[in-house]
Amino acid sequence: MIRFSDVYKSFGPKVVLDGFTLDIPEGETTVIIGFSGSGKSVALKHIVGLLAPDAGTVEVDGQDVGALDRDGLDAMRGQVGYVFQFAALFDSMTVAGNIRLGLARRGLDEETMQTRIRESLALVDLPGAEDRMPAELSGGMRKRVGIARAIALRPRYILYDEPTTGLDPVTSAVIDELMVRARQELGVTGVVVTHDMRSAYTVGDRIAMLYKGRVRQVGTIDEVRHTDDPVVRNFIEGRPFDPDRLVTQGAEA
Amino acid sequence: MQQVIASPGASLPQFVTRVGRWGVETGRAVSDVRTWAPHVIPQMRRLGVDSIPIALFIATFTGIVLSLLSKYIFTGAVPMYFVGALVGKTIMMELGPVLTGLALAGRVGANIAAEIGTMRVTEQVDALETLAYNPHSYLVMPRVLAAILMFPVVTALAVALGVLAGWITSINLLDLSTLEFVKGLRLFYRFKDIWFGLVKSASFGAAVALAGCLMGLATRGGAEGVGRNTTRAVVIGCEAILVLDAFWALVLL
Repeated sequence: MIRFSDVYKSFGPKVVLDGFTLDIPEGETTVIIGFSGSGKSVALKHIVGLLAPDAGTVEVDGQDVGALDRDGLDAMRGQVGYVFQFAALFDSMTVAGNIRLGLARRGLDEETMQTRIRESLALVDLPGAEDRMPAELSGGMRKRVGIARAIALRPRYILYDEPTTGLDPVTSAVIDELMVRARQELGVTGVVVTHDMRSAYTVGDRIAMLYKGRVRQVGTIDEVRHTDDPVVRNFIEGRPFDPDRLVTQGAEA
Repeated sequence: MQQVIASPGASLPQFVTRVGRWGVETGRAVSDVRTWAPHVIPQMRRLGVDSIPIALFIATFTGIVLSLLSKYIFTGAVPMYFVGALVGKTIMMELGPVLTGLALAGRVGANIAAEIGTMRVTEQVDALETLAYNPHSYLVMPRVLAAILMFPVVTALAVALGVLAGWITSINLLDLSTLEFVKGLRLFYRFKDIWFGLVKSASFGAAVALAGCLMGLATRGGAEGVGRNTTRAVVIGCEAILVLDAFWALVLL
């Protein structure tokens, strides 16, 4: 289980997380939605210790991430796969090299690594892509290699940072399908950060909306779809609105 | 270390804490031999071997100019065989290491800072961390070690070619015989002349590579940030060379 408890994070004067609290149960995919720049990716980076909270705690399996030393952090990161917004493939390495890097760190033998590379590429529908360089791949293919790199590690959790951003609708649907397949076939717990509501409804079991640094609402897909909260409602329906106006009218809780 | 450099205005306890953390991180990076060792030889080729042409080009013309200058200075006042002494001493102890160091500060420092800076802004450094690699072990250690080992090699070649160019210039343009040139070369020669230059160049290598790595890791803000920190890396590398040059002269001469 991943647990955010009253997390605060600022960058200079800009407050990004302002008492962010959220539990992410195992075996499900939790989707964190919110406006661009609302701190969704910042929250995700706290899980793997890429960022440290100014206050509050982030726990993974009961361990306070901020209190872990380098060895503890590395051990925890072994349980978590991270799919970056723009894939973050190592552009000096082949596709196989990208996947191999994480496996080699875990001390696996060559045969096991080869098997894992083949299996993970097959799972993302890129069999035979081992020797291609990232520069030769389309945006969608790069994202799929990013997913393959994460699932090859057999993690218990996979974190997806804006997995469908910048992709055409068809490729987005393919990525959504891969995320669902990863959960079904590998049983991993997923955390997806997105503002693509179609993707959120497809891959999520639960949706949490991050707004002004806090969780505005968290619930099942149906609960969020039928919410009465004006902020959440306007966001999921893609209607322009002025949040300050909602406050002054007393429409906001 | 990039935090230490980036926050000169930090309070003393913060500064000490950061230096302490940096010391611990450096210790861990150095001891993580399994991670950095496989990358040292490729980096030696990239940073050292590939820099030989520019170093030799500079050394050749330095040797030629020194010979012509010494004729201009010595004519009528000092025996002409002193040309050999001036060319040898100056190139071995000062111009060989320093000019090679400055040239490599541009080539190697910029190369390292731009590469790591691009990795930083495209989240490849974050990806390394999520795969449980310490960027200081994986990126910094092999580059710094390769530079420490290869700067003296490149400098030694540059010194040899610089003296050779000075000799050829002397016998062809200054009416000096080989015997006279060699007599001058051996007149004040001490073994220290050689190792003094090579020790200096090893320290220049460490400074240039470290500046490139730390500026690369401290990069923020896309292409503009990469450009800015690449420039900073070259400037810091050049400044460090000049300061170290004075330091070694004070300590070793």
